[in-house]
Amino acid sequence: MNRLSRVVDLAAVLVTACAVLLPAQVTAGGPPLPAGLAPAETGEPALPSGLGGEATSAIGEGGVADDTAGKPGLVRFWDIRVGLRTQDDDLVEDDFTLAETRLRLEYLHQWERAEFVLKSDLLLDALADDRGIDIERREGWLQLREVKLDLQPHSKVDMALGRQVLTWGTGDLIFVNDLFPKDFNSFFIGRSEEYLKSPVDALRVSAYFDLFNVDLVYAPRFDSNLYLDPERLSFFGSPGDTTLSVDMPDDWFSDDEIYLRANRRFGSWELALYGYDGFWKGPEGFDLDRQVYLFPKLAVYGGSARGPLAGGIFNVEYGYYDSKDAGLDGNDYAPPSEQRLLLGYQRELARELNLGLQYYLTHIEDYGDYQDDRLPGSPDRDRNRHVVTARLSKLLMNQDLRLSLFAFVSPSDEDGYLRPQLHYRLDDHRSVELGANVFFGEDDDTFFGQLSDNTNIYTAFRYDY
Amino acid sequence: MSGVVGKRMFGILAITANLMTAGTAVAQGVPPVEDIVERTNCVAYYAGRDGRAQVSMTITDHQGRTRSRRMTILRRDATAGEEEPSACRNQKYYVYFHRPTDVRGTVFTVWKHSGKDDDRWLYLPALDLVNRIAAGDRRTSFVGSHFFYEDISGRNIAEDEHELVEASANYFVLKGRPADPDSVEFKHYVIWIHRGTFVPVKVEFFDAQDRMYRVYQATKVETVQGLPTVVESKMEDLVRGGNTTLKFSRVQYDLDIGDEIFDERFLRNPPRDLLR
Repeated sequence: MNRLSRVVDLAAVLVTACAVLLPAQVTAGGPPLPAGLAPAETGEPALPSGLGGEATSAIGEGGVADDTAGKPGLVRFWDIRVGLRTQDDDLVEDDFTLAETRLRLEYLHQWERAEFVLKSDLLLDALADDRGIDIERREGWLQLREVKLDLQPHSKVDMALGRQVLTWGTGDLIFVNDLFPKDFNSFFIGRSEEYLKSPVDALRVSAYFDLFNVDLVYAPRFDSNLYLDPERLSFFGSPGDTTLSVDMPDDWFSDDEIYLRANRRFGSWELALYGYDGFWKGPEGFDLDRQVYLFPKLAVYGGSARGPLAGGIFNVEYGYYDSKDAGLDGNDYAPPSEQRLLLGYQRELARELNLGLQYYLTHIEDYGDYQDDRLPGSPDRDRNRHVVTARLSKLLMNQDLRLSLFAFVSPSDEDGYLRPQLHYRLDDHRSVELGANVFFGEDDDTFFGQLSDNTNIYTAFRYDY
Repeated sequence: MSGVVGKRMFGILAITANLMTAGTAVAQGVPPVEDIVERTNCVAYYAGRDGRAQVSMTITDHQGRTRSRRMTILRRDATAGEEEPSACRNQKYYVYFHRPTDVRGTVFTVWKHSGKDDDRWLYLPALDLVNRIAAGDRRTSFVGSHFFYEDISGRNIAEDEHELVEASANYFVLKGRPADPDSVEFKHYVIWIHRGTFVPVKVEFFDAQDRMYRVYQATKVETVQGLPTVVESKMEDLVRGGNTTLKFSRVQYDLDIGDEIFDERFLRNPPRDLLR
């Protein structure tokens, strides 16, 4: 019985092998195909290698090189870009807004539960007066983008210590609860979009629980937004020849900042709560006595939700900006508290054509007090500032060509900002970019209106190694 | 016990069938179409409980210019009981890009749900930005290649009506028609499924004019951990010209890839031991 069954099994194997080895001709005698299925008669495919019965080998190890681990002193990309303003501006001498080349160097070293990351740019900026390095102000020929130590002290905890780029929240180029420092100067003159986010010098601890995740970021010394550069851009209160006199909170461990987020998922929906304790990110306050700008104290509390709706993605985000010293107190002025609300929706309109729409409201609290305390000469803001944004992006030529337009329009401020962009990949390494930053506005004291003399076009070439 | 008997019975049947003429043999032992479709779907997209592969993609356009992409794909199938009506339905994908170098470190995750839109996220490391991507048309190009999203992650089998066209010695030949013709660009397709392994070997897509415009072909199959695995394949555009080839290496199944890999944590902190 046992022997018989083995013989039968062997026979079955042999027959199967014959069936596999003998290709299509065995089928020739099949019934004729019904009408309408003619294409199938054109013959069947030959068996691919591996189904033809020959011995199969193990999968070779010679696959993709491991390039997730960095190699020392690795050059990541070389980027060169030039930008020009399209109109004369009395306040800015130079017609160029951008003339620079940079080399990105990255180094990564990994241990069992730790990783060291260094990302830095060597920058040659033809428009910079002073090329001296200022690590803290992120200026000079050496720019440290990220220098951090990633640690995993526990299976449910990640930590990162050092300079790092951080982003959270649900907005598209609008930040309600993301108080991490921004570099709008780079953004408005046409640097690569990654430079909009200025790095933070901080300790980040992320803990992952069953019910929710928590991210806590502690910056021992305040990191402000980077200023608009009066050498390149003119803005409200920016005579080109004087520099802003500011009193920057810069005491270690007392002028510190805390960023907090708790988030979780409910099915396809992502919910998050946020908190921030620190300072206004720009010099929004003023000391009348010393005639210097201040960074008044600020706390922000908010939440967001994001998920699928009607074939697209919907997001809502709210933030309460609690200006701790709002109004005029003695000689010190601080901006009013605000409520900020963002609604967004994005979806695919057609093949490789996407549309994203956002509505953004900034509502001033205690508007009467604000009007009473407002400093003479400062912009007279409306109680509600409404901004609508649209992002339209289209991919063409096997996704090598990307056309996009991002538009900010504020009906209440009667101003706006357009970012048309063309990005084309010449091959696997080389790409070119052409773009513009178009500002318009009725008044010169609104957010985009003040920049209306700065409309510029730029072009870039980048080689990725 | 009955399984063993069944196998032997099948063996005897096969012998008998082969001794008779081949023409009548093919009619024997053909499972119902739904079973063929179900098994093919499982073989093509759900091998093992989870899997990892490094993928090297070469896109050749109609002018002969080439572009390459390299990525590591991690996959985890939902198991029964885990929001899962039956096997081979819901699963999660994690795609880490190595090349082209300007997108190195970009991660794309997909939570595939049967019967509703996928959830998709895209992580951009330069900005530390976790973007939510609208589900969109699943029959658009995956990263600029001639493969569609749906070719990579699988098409919901309930969206097509299948009929058996032929059962040859090597293949089950099936014809698929979309239940909702307006939802797709094809009028029908013909698929050759290898009888022994249920590996889909070739798919021809036909448009409204019954013109073949797009062809998929598996060109190399290897057995990995006992599972038949397509390690080289090709998608051709017969109308515009051009094709994309895929080569899979370092394929491994049942690595116990945890569900958490597909969450935001591992978008920001890629699981390097799995990507190596």
